[in-house]
Amino acid sequence: MEINFTAIYILWLREMKRFLRSWSRMVSMLMMPLFFLIFLGFGFKGAFFPGVGYTKDYIHFLVPGVIGMTLISTSTMAGLSVLWDREFGFLKEIMVAPVSRVSIVIGRIIGGMTTSLIQAILILIISIGMGFSFYNFSSFLLTVLIMILISSGFIGLGLIFASVMRDIQGFGLITQMIIMPLIFLSGALFPLTNLPRFLRYISYLDPLTYGVEGLRRALVGFSFLPFWLDFFVLVSFSAFSIILGSYLFEKTEI
Amino acid sequence: MAAISVENLTKVFNGLRAVDGISFEVKEGELFGLLGPNGAGKTTTLNMLATLIRPTSGKAFVFGFDVWKERDKVRKSIGMVFQEPALDNYLTGRENLEFHGMMYGLSRREAKERVKEALKIVELEEFADKLVETYSGGMKRRLEIARALVHQPKILFLDEPTLGLDAQTRRRIWDYIKKLNKEKGVTIILTTHYMEEADFLAQRVAIIDYGKIVALDTPENLKNLLGGDVISVEVDNPRNAKKVFEELPWVKKLNHENGIFYLQVEKGEEKIPLLIKIDEKEAGFKIKSINLRKPTLEDVFLHFTGRTIREREASQAERFRERAKRHRR
Repeated sequence: MEINFTAIYILWLREMKRFLRSWSRMVSMLMMPLFFLIFLGFGFKGAFFPGVGYTKDYIHFLVPGVIGMTLISTSTMAGLSVLWDREFGFLKEIMVAPVSRVSIVIGRIIGGMTTSLIQAILILIISIGMGFSFYNFSSFLLTVLIMILISSGFIGLGLIFASVMRDIQGFGLITQMIIMPLIFLSGALFPLTNLPRFLRYISYLDPLTYGVEGLRRALVGFSFLPFWLDFFVLVSFSAFSIILGSYLFEKTEI
Repeated sequence: MAAISVENLTKVFNGLRAVDGISFEVKEGELFGLLGPNGAGKTTTLNMLATLIRPTSGKAFVFGFDVWKERDKVRKSIGMVFQEPALDNYLTGRENLEFHGMMYGLSRREAKERVKEALKIVELEEFADKLVETYSGGMKRRLEIARALVHQPKILFLDEPTLGLDAQTRRRIWDYIKKLNKEKGVTIILTTHYMEEADFLAQRVAIIDYGKIVALDTPENLKNLLGGDVISVEVDNPRNAKKVFEELPWVKKLNHENGIFYLQVEKGEEKIPLLIKIDEKEAGFKIKSINLRKPTLEDVFLHFTGRTIREREASQAERFRERAKRHRR
């Protein structure tokens, strides 16, 4: 199993070109997190509720959550985009090339990660315009690291769905049945301490919970869970989903 | 060494034998056709040769490399044009080709060079920097043929290369295919369900039906199997004519119906002048009309399978529907 760097580069380049050429897709992807950021952010500006108090105000609580939200949706969709390639036949062109499947998966993950991070950072910039301030600037690197872990994990998850689904019919279903519940369970929008105990237990099964917590720690210096736990869960989730996703992709026949 | 050799190749999908123990060889530099109705197993055969699906049993080799065990080596030496377009619509024609070149291990400079050349062959230079989204069906097909040439494969697989194209574009694509085979010496295997395409392009044709090869030879030989050309002659006095026609040494078989005689002959076009030379007075009849019909591959298909390709396609579709129904239950 050899890794082909030219192939990885050209797959990444393709992702970039497609990304830059489909503004409408990016805008529609960013719409939801942007709405949450703007309307919840301004709407609850002065509000205080239990759990939020540890951060400066609700905006500082919300921004890491909205970034996590951006990452989960853009990354899962990037993984699922294999289905679009299958639908439009381009997957065959990729599969018939003398390139190891591992290189194809790596190229796709790096490509998806890049576009996903660009969008997350865009949201971050917008929130700075809304009055969000970093807890300290050196934490930016840590933020990017957490972003990479979240993104790669959910791209892997997207790849897993892509190999199970076979066609694009289930796209909307994934958004409604998987992505939205994971966002609400992750404590991105409100403190999990306010949830009933049984929902809180479920939320500990949501990898995004640890992602949002990690981002919160990196961005505003506060989290409910210990940081080592966030980091450990994120690394394991990302490794697990990438390995399973690649394995399933590898087995794909046209 | 044969460019391709296939031994007893079989693919079973859900209990259906899509390809059923076929064997054949393709010589280097040959233009080989797989002719048969939709659903006969042509695309499945091609996909197995192109390493995209795994054979259920049997073996296939491309330049001596096993198509499943040595996939990577096979992939390097083949180019494939799929039945359905396999292009990225959000990239330009040139970008699609450069992507391909680099996936096949060319450097950026080499890729650019080869892409330029390939675009020239299919006369798409003018549109190279437009998004593929804006291309017509014929342009897409030409771009795909160009793409398959970028890495200079020794074998080119073309799956229904002119499906759904208008007559003019089809003709143009035929010219490219012929040129490639002749000038560049590329071995080409194409599938088609158009008789005239197989006849015009292929040096040898395998007729495939229900996953089996029912006949394999040059188009000429296949057609000659049917006993040659048929000249139909309409006369005013069948009784006298019959006597004369029966005497002709080059008539292999004689039928007659409603005053029209059907003469089975070889090289019909050379026999018409001989018929015209028959002296009306001496023979006692007048020729009213002459018609020459050369057998087509359609007749060959009919001969081997008992049905025309069109009928077969209808029944094949039915068979799949039946199958699907049974599966759902």
